Amino acid sequence: MSSFEDKVKAIIAEQLSISIESIVPGARFVEDLGADSLDTVELVMALEEAFEVDIPDEEAEGIRTYNDVLAYLKAHAAKAAA
Amino acid sequence: MNRRRVVVTGMGIVSPVGSTIESAWLNVVSGKSGINFIKKFDTSTYTTRFAGLVADFNAADYLGPKEIKKTDPFIQYGVAAAKQAVTDSGLDITNSNRDRIGICVGSGIGGLGTIEEECATLQASGPRRVSPFFIPASIINMISGYISIELEITGPNLAAVSACTTATHSIGLGARLIQAGDADVFIVGGAECASTPAGMAGFCQARALSTRNDDPQKASRPWDKDRDGFVLGDGAGVLVIEEYEHAKKRNARIYAELIGFGMSGDAYHITLPPDDGNGAARCMQNALKDAGINPDQVDYINAHGTSTPAGDLAETKAIKTAFGDHAMKVAVSSTKSVTGHLLGAAGGIEAIFAVLSIRDQVIPPTINLENPGKGCDLDYVPGTARNDAVGIVVSNSFGFGGTNGSLIFQRLQ
Repeated sequence: MSSFEDKVKAIIAEQLSISIESIVPGARFVEDLGADSLDTVELVMALEEAFEVDIPDEEAEGIRTYNDVLAYLKAHAAKAAA
Repeated sequence: MNRRRVVVTGMGIVSPVGSTIESAWLNVVSGKSGINFIKKFDTSTYTTRFAGLVADFNAADYLGPKEIKKTDPFIQYGVAAAKQAVTDSGLDITNSNRDRIGICVGSGIGGLGTIEEECATLQASGPRRVSPFFIPASIINMISGYISIELEITGPNLAAVSACTTATHSIGLGARLIQAGDADVFIVGGAECASTPAGMAGFCQARALSTRNDDPQKASRPWDKDRDGFVLGDGAGVLVIEEYEHAKKRNARIYAELIGFGMSGDAYHITLPPDDGNGAARCMQNALKDAGINPDQVDYINAHGTSTPAGDLAETKAIKTAFGDHAMKVAVSSTKSVTGHLLGAAGGIEAIFAVLSIRDQVIPPTINLENPGKGCDLDYVPGTARNDAVGIVVSNSFGFGGTNGSLIFQRLQ
Protein backbone atom coordinates (compact mmCIF):
# COMPACT_ATOMS: atom_id res chain seq x y z
CA MET A 1 0.00 0.00 0.00
CA SER A 2 1.25 3.46 -0.85
CA SER A 3 2.01 6.10 1.75
CA PHE A 4 -0.73 8.17 0.08
CA GLU A 5 -3.37 5.59 0.94
CA ASP A 6 -1.97 5.22 4.44
CA LYS A 7 -2.26 8.96 4.93
CA VAL A 8 -5.88 9.04 3.72
CA LYS A 9 -6.79 6.15 6.00
CA ALA A 10 -5.12 7.81 8.98
CA ILE A 11 -7.13 10.99 8.40
CA ILE A 12 -10.43 9.12 8.05
CA ALA A 13 -9.70 7.05 11.16
CA GLU A 14 -8.84 10.16 13.17
CA GLN A 15 -11.84 12.18 11.99
CA LEU A 16 -14.41 9.42 12.46
CA SER A 17 -12.80 7.96 15.62
CA ILE A 18 -12.60 4.48 14.07
CA SER A 19 -9.86 1.89 13.53
CA ILE A 20 -7.71 1.94 10.39
CA GLU A 21 -8.64 -1.72 9.75
CA SER A 22 -12.32 -0.85 9.34
CA ILE A 23 -11.51 1.31 6.31
CA VAL A 24 -11.76 -1.36 3.64
CA PRO A 25 -11.97 -0.63 -0.10
CA GLY A 26 -15.45 0.64 -0.92
CA ALA A 27 -16.29 1.46 2.72
CA ARG A 28 -19.13 4.05 2.86
CA PHE A 29 -18.73 6.79 5.46
CA VAL A 30 -22.34 7.04 6.59
CA GLU A 31 -23.60 3.49 6.12
CA ASP A 32 -20.45 1.54 7.06
CA LEU A 33 -18.30 3.84 9.18
CA GLY A 34 -20.92 5.54 11.36
CA ALA A 35 -20.45 9.10 10.13
CA ASP A 36 -23.20 11.71 10.05
CA SER A 37 -23.47 14.66 7.68
CA LEU A 38 -21.39 16.92 9.95
CA ASP A 39 -18.68 14.27 10.29
CA THR A 40 -18.34 14.16 6.51
CA VAL A 41 -18.04 17.96 6.33
CA GLU A 42 -15.23 17.84 8.87
CA LEU A 43 -13.58 14.92 7.06
CA VAL A 44 -13.53 16.86 3.79
CA MET A 45 -12.01 19.85 5.64
CA ALA A 46 -9.25 17.64 7.05
CA LEU A 47 -8.51 16.21 3.60
CA GLU A 48 -8.38 19.72 2.10
CA GLU A 49 -5.85 20.76 4.69
CA ALA A 50 -3.68 17.64 4.45
CA PHE A 51 -3.54 17.58 0.65
CA GLU A 52 -3.62 21.33 0.05
CA VAL A 53 -6.66 21.18 -2.16
CA ASP A 54 -9.97 23.04 -2.25
CA ILE A 55 -12.95 20.73 -2.58
CA PRO A 56 -16.08 22.72 -3.63
CA ASP A 57 -19.31 21.77 -1.79
CA GLU A 58 -20.86 20.32 -4.99
CA GLU A 59 -17.90 18.00 -5.40
CA ALA A 60 -17.75 17.19 -1.67
CA GLU A 61 -21.32 15.89 -1.79
CA GLY A 62 -20.17 13.22 -4.21
CA ILE A 63 -17.44 11.96 -1.90
CA ARG A 64 -19.20 9.21 0.01
CA THR A 65 -16.73 6.34 0.21
CA TYR A 66 -13.06 5.68 0.85
CA ASN A 67 -12.65 4.94 -2.89
CA ASP A 68 -14.30 8.29 -3.76
CA VAL A 69 -11.65 10.05 -1.66
CA LEU A 70 -8.77 8.23 -3.37
CA ALA A 71 -10.19 8.96 -6.82
CA TYR A 72 -10.85 12.63 -6.12
CA LEU A 73 -7.45 13.33 -4.59
CA LYS A 74 -5.60 11.46 -7.37
CA ALA A 75 -7.41 13.64 -9.92
CA HIS A 76 -7.14 16.98 -8.12
CA ALA A 77 -4.34 17.04 -5.55
CA ALA A 78 -0.74 17.46 -6.61
CA LYS A 79 0.37 15.86 -3.36
CA ALA A 80 -1.59 12.69 -4.06
CA ALA A 81 0.18 12.02 -7.33
CA ALA A 82 3.58 11.77 -5.67
CA MET B 1 -55.93 17.77 45.27
CA ASN B 2 -52.63 18.07 47.09
CA ARG B 3 -49.57 19.14 45.16
CA ARG B 4 -47.37 16.30 43.92
CA ARG B 5 -44.35 15.94 46.24
CA VAL B 6 -40.84 16.05 44.77
CA VAL B 7 -37.87 14.20 46.28
CA VAL B 8 -34.17 13.90 45.48
CA THR B 9 -33.10 10.36 44.58
CA GLY B 10 -29.77 10.78 42.75
CA MET B 11 -26.80 13.15 42.62
CA GLY B 12 -23.66 13.61 40.51
CA ILE B 13 -20.81 16.10 40.56
CA VAL B 14 -17.75 17.32 38.68
CA SER B 15 -15.89 19.97 40.68
CA PRO B 16 -12.63 21.58 41.78
CA VAL B 17 -12.78 19.52 44.99
CA GLY B 18 -13.39 16.17 43.33
CA SER B 19 -15.58 14.50 40.75
CA THR B 20 -17.45 11.98 42.85
CA ILE B 21 -20.12 12.88 45.41
CA GLU B 22 -18.22 11.38 48.33
CA SER B 23 -14.79 12.88 47.52
CA ALA B 24 -16.21 16.36 46.88
CA TRP B 25 -18.35 16.29 50.02
CA LEU B 26 -15.42 15.12 52.17
CA ASN B 27 -13.35 18.08 50.96
CA VAL B 28 -16.21 20.54 51.47
CA VAL B 29 -16.87 19.33 55.03
CA SER B 30 -13.18 19.28 55.94
CA GLY B 31 -12.68 22.71 54.36
CA LYS B 32 -10.03 21.68 51.83
CA SER B 33 -9.77 24.38 49.15
CA GLY B 34 -9.93 23.39 45.48
CA ILE B 35 -8.43 26.64 44.18
CA ASN B 36 -5.19 26.59 42.16
CA PHE B 37 -3.15 28.54 39.62
CA ILE B 38 -4.30 28.28 36.00
CA LYS B 39 -1.68 26.51 33.90
CA LYS B 40 -3.60 25.79 30.68
CA PHE B 41 -2.78 29.24 29.24
CA ASP B 42 -0.38 32.08 30.03
CA THR B 43 -1.96 34.24 32.75
CA SER B 44 1.04 36.50 33.36
CA THR B 45 -0.81 39.60 32.13
CA TYR B 46 -4.06 38.80 33.99
CA THR B 47 -4.99 40.55 37.24
CA THR B 48 -6.24 37.17 38.53
CA ARG B 49 -4.18 34.04 37.78
CA PHE B 50 -6.08 31.31 39.65
CA ALA B 51 -9.42 29.50 39.62
CA GLY B 52 -11.21 26.38 40.80
CA LEU B 53 -10.28 23.94 38.06
CA VAL B 54 -11.95 20.56 37.75
CA ALA B 55 -10.13 17.83 39.72
CA ASP B 56 -9.90 14.08 39.13
CA PHE B 57 -12.00 14.06 35.98
CA ASN B 58 -11.60 11.99 32.84
CA ALA B 59 -14.19 12.67 30.13
CA ALA B 60 -13.50 9.24 28.60
CA ASP B 61 -15.13 7.65 31.66
CA TYR B 62 -18.44 9.12 30.46
CA LEU B 63 -18.31 9.77 26.70
CA GLY B 64 -16.88 8.11 23.59
CA PRO B 65 -13.89 9.66 21.75
CA LYS B 66 -16.14 10.98 18.98
CA GLU B 67 -18.44 12.76 21.45
CA ILE B 68 -15.51 14.21 23.39
CA LYS B 69 -14.11 15.71 20.20
CA LYS B 70 -17.44 17.37 19.39
CA THR B 71 -18.20 18.90 22.80
CA ASP B 72 -16.95 21.80 24.87
CA PRO B 73 -15.84 20.77 28.39
CA PHE B 74 -18.97 22.31 29.95
CA ILE B 75 -21.08 19.73 28.10
CA GLN B 76 -18.75 16.91 29.15
CA TYR B 77 -19.00 17.99 32.80
CA GLY B 78 -22.79 18.19 32.64
CA VAL B 79 -23.23 14.81 30.95
CA ALA B 80 -20.79 13.20 33.41
CA ALA B 81 -22.62 14.59 36.45
CA ALA B 82 -25.97 13.49 34.95
CA LYS B 83 -24.72 9.95 34.31
CA GLN B 84 -23.43 9.76 37.90
CA ALA B 85 -26.77 11.02 39.20
CA VAL B 86 -28.83 8.54 37.18
CA THR B 87 -26.61 5.64 38.27
CA ASP B 88 -26.86 6.87 41.87
CA SER B 89 -30.66 7.01 41.63
CA GLY B 90 -30.91 3.36 40.54
CA LEU B 91 -33.51 4.43 37.98
CA ASP B 92 -33.98 1.96 35.12
CA ILE B 93 -34.71 3.82 31.90
CA THR B 94 -37.06 1.67 29.82
CA ASN B 95 -39.62 1.97 27.04
CA SER B 96 -42.35 2.33 29.64
CA ASN B 97 -40.85 5.37 31.39
CA ARG B 98 -38.43 7.15 29.03
CA ASP B 99 -41.01 9.73 27.90
CA ARG B 100 -41.92 10.54 31.53
CA ILE B 101 -38.36 11.62 32.35
CA GLY B 102 -37.43 15.26 31.68
CA ILE B 103 -34.05 16.96 31.45
CA CYS B 104 -33.29 20.57 32.40
CA VAL B 105 -29.55 21.13 32.81
CA GLY B 106 -28.31 24.62 31.97
CA SER B 107 -25.20 26.76 31.93
CA GLY B 108 -24.59 30.42 32.61
CA ILE B 109 -22.15 30.98 29.79
CA GLY B 110 -21.84 27.83 27.67
CA GLY B 111 -18.99 26.84 25.38
CA LEU B 112 -16.85 29.93 25.69
CA GLY B 113 -13.56 28.10 25.06
CA THR B 114 -14.91 26.60 21.84
CA ILE B 115 -16.23 29.98 20.72
CA GLU B 116 -12.80 31.54 21.32
CA GLU B 117 -10.99 28.83 19.38
CA GLU B 118 -13.36 28.90 16.41
CA CYS B 119 -13.26 32.70 16.25
CA ALA B 120 -9.47 32.50 16.15
CA THR B 121 -9.73 30.00 13.27
CA LEU B 122 -12.20 32.27 11.48
CA GLN B 123 -9.88 35.27 11.80
CA ALA B 124 -6.78 33.35 10.75
CA SER B 125 -8.11 31.08 8.00
CA GLY B 126 -11.60 32.18 7.00
CA PRO B 127 -15.10 30.68 7.28
CA ARG B 128 -14.38 27.44 5.43
CA ARG B 129 -11.98 26.29 8.16
CA VAL B 130 -14.54 26.74 10.98
CA SER B 131 -15.63 23.38 12.41
CA PRO B 132 -19.10 22.09 11.47
CA PHE B 133 -19.36 21.16 15.16
CA PHE B 134 -18.73 24.71 16.37
CA ILE B 135 -22.38 25.52 17.13
CA PRO B 136 -23.52 22.17 18.58
CA ALA B 137 -20.33 22.02 20.66
CA SER B 138 -21.01 25.34 22.33
CA ILE B 139 -24.75 26.05 22.70
CA ILE B 140 -26.12 25.72 26.20
CA ASN B 141 -29.03 23.32 25.72
CA MET B 142 -26.66 20.69 24.27
CA ILE B 143 -26.02 19.37 27.80
CA SER B 144 -29.68 18.34 27.97
CA GLY B 145 -29.46 17.23 24.34
CA TYR B 146 -26.48 14.93 24.91
CA ILE B 147 -27.95 13.51 28.12
CA SER B 148 -31.12 12.57 26.25
CA ILE B 149 -29.17 11.00 23.37
CA GLU B 150 -26.74 9.11 25.62
CA LEU B 151 -29.39 7.79 28.04
CA GLU B 152 -32.30 7.54 25.53
CA ILE B 153 -34.56 9.82 27.55
CA THR B 154 -37.47 11.23 25.55
CA GLY B 155 -39.41 13.47 27.96
CA PRO B 156 -39.32 17.30 28.11
CA ASN B 157 -35.87 18.58 27.13
CA LEU B 158 -34.82 22.14 27.93
CA ALA B 159 -32.28 24.39 29.62
CA ALA B 160 -32.49 27.47 31.81
CA VAL B 161 -29.98 30.30 31.39
CA SER B 162 -29.83 32.82 34.24
CA ALA B 163 -26.16 33.47 35.03
CA CYS B 164 -25.24 32.27 38.51
CA THR B 165 -28.83 31.26 39.28
CA THR B 166 -29.02 28.86 36.30
CA ALA B 167 -28.80 25.57 38.20
CA THR B 168 -31.08 26.71 41.02
CA HIS B 169 -33.69 27.80 38.48
CA SER B 170 -33.23 24.54 36.56
CA ILE B 171 -33.86 22.48 39.70
CA GLY B 172 -36.88 24.59 40.66
CA LEU B 173 -38.34 24.49 37.16
CA GLY B 174 -37.89 20.73 36.98
CA ALA B 175 -39.75 20.40 40.28
CA ARG B 176 -42.55 22.63 39.00
CA LEU B 177 -42.87 20.52 35.85
CA ILE B 178 -43.13 17.36 37.96
CA GLN B 179 -45.79 19.05 40.10
CA ALA B 180 -47.67 20.06 36.95
CA GLY B 181 -47.59 16.50 35.65
CA ASP B 182 -45.34 16.99 32.60
CA ALA B 183 -43.01 14.29 33.89
CA ASP B 184 -42.46 11.99 36.89
CA VAL B 185 -38.67 12.36 36.99
CA PHE B 186 -36.41 15.27 36.06
CA ILE B 187 -32.64 15.41 35.63
CA VAL B 188 -31.74 18.93 36.73
CA GLY B 189 -28.74 21.14 37.44
CA GLY B 190 -26.02 23.11 35.71
CA ALA B 191 -22.53 22.95 34.24
CA GLU B 192 -19.84 25.51 33.49
CA CYS B 193 -16.35 25.91 32.08
CA ALA B 194 -15.56 29.64 31.96
CA SER B 195 -11.91 29.55 33.07
CA THR B 196 -10.85 30.30 29.49
CA PRO B 197 -8.60 33.12 28.23
CA ALA B 198 -11.55 35.37 27.31
CA GLY B 199 -13.67 34.29 30.28
CA MET B 200 -10.96 35.15 32.78
CA ALA B 201 -10.23 38.43 30.97
CA GLY B 202 -13.90 39.40 31.01
CA PHE B 203 -14.41 38.69 34.71
CA CYS B 204 -11.10 40.40 35.55
CA GLN B 205 -12.14 43.49 33.61
CA ALA B 206 -15.54 43.50 35.35
CA ARG B 207 -13.51 43.75 38.58
CA ALA B 208 -15.48 40.77 39.85
CA LEU B 209 -12.60 38.45 40.82
CA SER B 210 -10.31 38.32 43.84
CA THR B 211 -6.76 39.34 42.93
CA ARG B 212 -5.10 37.53 45.84
CA ASN B 213 -2.46 36.00 43.57
CA ASP B 214 -0.01 35.49 46.42
CA ASP B 215 -2.37 33.09 48.21
CA PRO B 216 -5.14 31.70 45.95
CA GLN B 217 -6.50 29.21 48.48
CA LYS B 218 -7.27 32.12 50.82
CA ALA B 219 -8.92 34.20 48.09
CA SER B 220 -12.50 32.96 48.48
CA ARG B 221 -13.30 34.35 51.94
CA PRO B 222 -17.03 35.14 52.18
CA TRP B 223 -18.00 37.80 54.76
CA ASP B 224 -14.34 38.34 55.78
CA LYS B 225 -13.25 41.99 56.04
CA ASP B 226 -10.45 41.34 53.53
CA ARG B 227 -12.67 39.73 50.87
CA ASP B 228 -12.00 41.24 47.45
CA GLY B 229 -14.08 39.39 44.88
CA PHE B 230 -15.09 35.88 43.91
CA VAL B 231 -12.96 33.01 42.60
CA LEU B 232 -14.12 31.48 39.33
CA GLY B 233 -14.77 27.72 39.34
CA ASP B 234 -15.57 25.05 36.74
CA GLY B 235 -17.69 21.91 37.03
CA ALA B 236 -21.22 20.56 37.18
CA GLY B 237 -23.83 19.56 39.72
CA VAL B 238 -26.80 17.44 38.61
CA LEU B 239 -29.64 15.87 40.60
CA VAL B 240 -32.34 13.34 39.84
CA ILE B 241 -35.59 14.64 41.30
CA GLU B 242 -38.70 12.53 41.29
CA GLU B 243 -42.34 12.48 42.23
CA TYR B 244 -42.57 10.99 45.73
CA GLU B 245 -44.98 8.11 44.99
CA HIS B 246 -42.96 7.21 41.88
CA ALA B 247 -39.80 7.00 43.99
CA LYS B 248 -41.51 5.00 46.73
CA LYS B 249 -43.00 2.55 44.25
CA ARG B 250 -39.59 1.60 42.92
CA ASN B 251 -38.04 1.51 46.42
CA ALA B 252 -35.63 4.32 45.58
CA ARG B 253 -33.33 5.75 48.24
CA ILE B 254 -34.73 9.20 49.02
CA TYR B 255 -32.12 11.74 50.13
CA ALA B 256 -34.51 14.60 50.94
CA GLU B 257 -37.69 16.32 49.83
CA LEU B 258 -37.63 19.52 47.77
CA ILE B 259 -40.36 21.46 49.56
CA GLY B 260 -39.90 25.02 48.33
CA PHE B 261 -38.78 27.13 45.38
CA GLY B 262 -38.82 30.92 45.12
CA MET B 263 -37.69 33.45 42.52
CA SER B 264 -37.41 37.20 42.12
CA GLY B 265 -35.77 39.96 40.08
CA ASP B 266 -33.84 42.98 41.40
CA ALA B 267 -34.70 45.61 38.76
CA TYR B 268 -31.58 47.43 39.92
CA HIS B 269 -28.18 46.93 38.23
CA ILE B 270 -26.52 44.56 35.75
CA THR B 271 -23.92 43.20 38.20
CA LEU B 272 -24.59 44.71 41.65
CA PRO B 273 -27.35 43.79 44.11
CA PRO B 274 -29.30 46.58 45.81
CA ASP B 275 -27.64 47.53 49.13
CA ASP B 276 -30.48 46.15 51.22
CA GLY B 277 -30.66 42.87 49.26
CA ASN B 278 -34.41 43.27 48.78
CA GLY B 279 -34.47 41.03 45.70
CA ALA B 280 -32.73 38.22 47.56
CA ALA B 281 -35.05 38.71 50.55
CA ARG B 282 -38.18 38.48 48.39
CA CYS B 283 -36.78 35.39 46.74
CA MET B 284 -36.24 33.61 50.09
CA GLN B 285 -39.68 34.77 51.30
CA ASN B 286 -41.27 33.33 48.16
CA ALA B 287 -39.52 30.01 48.75
CA LEU B 288 -40.63 29.90 52.42
CA LYS B 289 -44.21 30.63 51.33
CA ASP B 290 -44.04 27.95 48.63
CA ALA B 291 -42.80 25.46 51.25
CA GLY B 292 -45.49 26.53 53.72
CA ILE B 293 -43.01 26.84 56.57
CA ASN B 294 -42.05 29.54 59.07
CA PRO B 295 -38.58 31.11 58.93
CA ASP B 296 -37.69 29.68 62.36
CA GLN B 297 -38.03 26.13 61.02
CA VAL B 298 -34.91 26.55 58.87
CA ASP B 299 -31.73 25.04 60.37
CA TYR B 300 -29.16 25.94 57.73
CA ILE B 301 -28.78 28.32 54.78
CA ASN B 302 -26.26 27.38 52.10
CA ALA B 303 -25.69 30.98 51.05
CA HIS B 304 -24.80 32.40 47.67
CA GLY B 305 -21.84 33.96 49.56
CA THR B 306 -19.44 34.61 46.70
CA SER B 307 -16.86 36.68 48.63
CA THR B 308 -17.63 39.96 46.87
CA PRO B 309 -17.76 43.10 49.04
CA ALA B 310 -21.29 44.10 47.96
CA GLY B 311 -22.92 40.69 47.51
CA ASP B 312 -22.01 39.21 50.89
CA LEU B 313 -23.34 42.23 52.76
CA ALA B 314 -26.55 42.41 50.72
CA GLU B 315 -27.25 38.71 51.31
CA THR B 316 -26.69 39.18 55.04
CA LYS B 317 -29.23 42.02 55.07
CA ALA B 318 -31.62 39.94 52.96
CA ILE B 319 -31.44 37.04 55.44
CA LYS B 320 -32.28 39.48 58.25
CA THR B 321 -35.27 40.77 56.30
CA ALA B 322 -36.56 37.31 55.39
CA PHE B 323 -35.85 35.54 58.68
CA GLY B 324 -36.38 38.29 61.27
CA ASP B 325 -35.16 37.28 64.76
CA HIS B 326 -34.23 33.82 63.49
CA ALA B 327 -31.52 35.35 61.26
CA MET B 328 -29.15 35.57 64.24
CA LYS B 329 -29.78 31.92 65.15
CA VAL B 330 -29.78 30.08 61.81
CA ALA B 331 -26.47 28.62 60.59
CA VAL B 332 -25.33 30.26 57.32
CA SER B 333 -22.29 29.08 55.37
CA SER B 334 -20.76 29.44 51.94
CA THR B 335 -19.25 26.32 50.39
CA LYS B 336 -17.88 28.63 47.68
CA SER B 337 -15.10 29.36 50.17
CA VAL B 338 -13.87 25.86 49.29
CA THR B 339 -15.03 25.31 45.69
CA GLY B 340 -14.93 28.81 44.20
CA HIS B 341 -17.93 30.12 42.30
CA LEU B 342 -19.13 27.72 39.59
CA LEU B 343 -21.53 30.29 38.05
CA GLY B 344 -24.30 28.36 36.29
CA ALA B 345 -23.27 25.14 38.05
CA ALA B 346 -23.08 26.72 41.53
CA GLY B 347 -26.71 26.08 42.43
CA GLY B 348 -26.31 22.45 41.35
CA ILE B 349 -23.36 21.57 43.54
CA GLU B 350 -24.77 23.65 46.41
CA ALA B 351 -28.16 21.90 46.24
CA ILE B 352 -26.17 18.67 46.52
CA PHE B 353 -24.29 19.98 49.57
CA ALA B 354 -27.60 21.13 51.09
CA VAL B 355 -29.03 17.64 50.63
CA LEU B 356 -25.89 16.00 52.03
CA SER B 357 -25.99 18.26 55.10
CA ILE B 358 -29.41 16.72 55.78
CA ARG B 359 -28.18 13.18 55.08
CA ASP B 360 -25.15 13.46 57.35
CA GLN B 361 -26.49 15.98 59.90
CA VAL B 362 -23.45 18.19 59.44
CA ILE B 363 -23.13 21.84 58.39
CA PRO B 364 -20.13 22.53 56.13
CA PRO B 365 -17.93 25.48 57.12
CA THR B 366 -17.11 28.85 55.60
CA ILE B 367 -13.31 28.70 55.39
CA ASN B 368 -11.01 31.73 55.36
CA LEU B 369 -13.49 33.74 57.43
CA GLU B 370 -11.03 35.15 59.96
CA ASN B 371 -12.37 38.63 60.76
CA PRO B 372 -15.98 39.30 59.76
CA GLY B 373 -16.44 42.47 57.70
CA LYS B 374 -18.56 45.42 58.76
CA GLY B 375 -22.24 44.46 58.96
CA CYS B 376 -21.47 40.73 58.59
CA ASP B 377 -22.70 39.46 61.94
CA LEU B 378 -24.56 36.20 61.31
CA ASP B 379 -23.46 32.70 62.36
CA TYR B 380 -21.39 31.84 59.28
CA VAL B 381 -19.98 28.56 60.68
CA PRO B 382 -16.39 29.81 60.28
CA GLY B 383 -13.45 27.48 59.87
CA THR B 384 -14.76 24.05 60.79
CA ALA B 385 -17.86 22.00 60.09
CA ARG B 386 -20.48 21.59 62.78
CA ASN B 387 -22.47 18.50 63.70
CA ASP B 388 -26.02 19.61 64.30
CA ALA B 389 -29.61 18.54 63.74
CA VAL B 390 -30.35 19.56 60.15
CA GLY B 391 -34.00 19.19 59.17
CA ILE B 392 -34.62 22.02 56.71
CA VAL B 393 -32.04 23.76 54.47
CA VAL B 394 -32.29 26.77 52.14
CA SER B 395 -29.95 27.06 49.13
CA ASN B 396 -29.55 30.52 47.58
CA SER B 397 -28.34 31.68 44.16
CA PHE B 398 -28.20 35.24 42.81
CA GLY B 399 -26.97 36.22 39.36
CA PHE B 400 -25.90 39.03 37.06
CA GLY B 401 -28.95 40.78 35.71
CA GLY B 402 -30.54 40.70 39.15
CA THR B 403 -31.93 37.17 38.93
CA ASN B 404 -32.57 35.30 42.19
CA GLY B 405 -33.55 31.75 43.16
CA SER B 406 -33.92 29.84 46.43
CA LEU B 407 -34.58 26.16 47.03
CA ILE B 408 -35.70 24.54 50.29
CA PHE B 409 -34.93 20.91 51.12
CA GLN B 410 -36.33 18.95 54.03
CA ARG B 411 -35.43 15.67 55.65
CA LEU B 412 -38.06 13.17 54.50
CA GLN B 413 -40.98 13.06 56.93
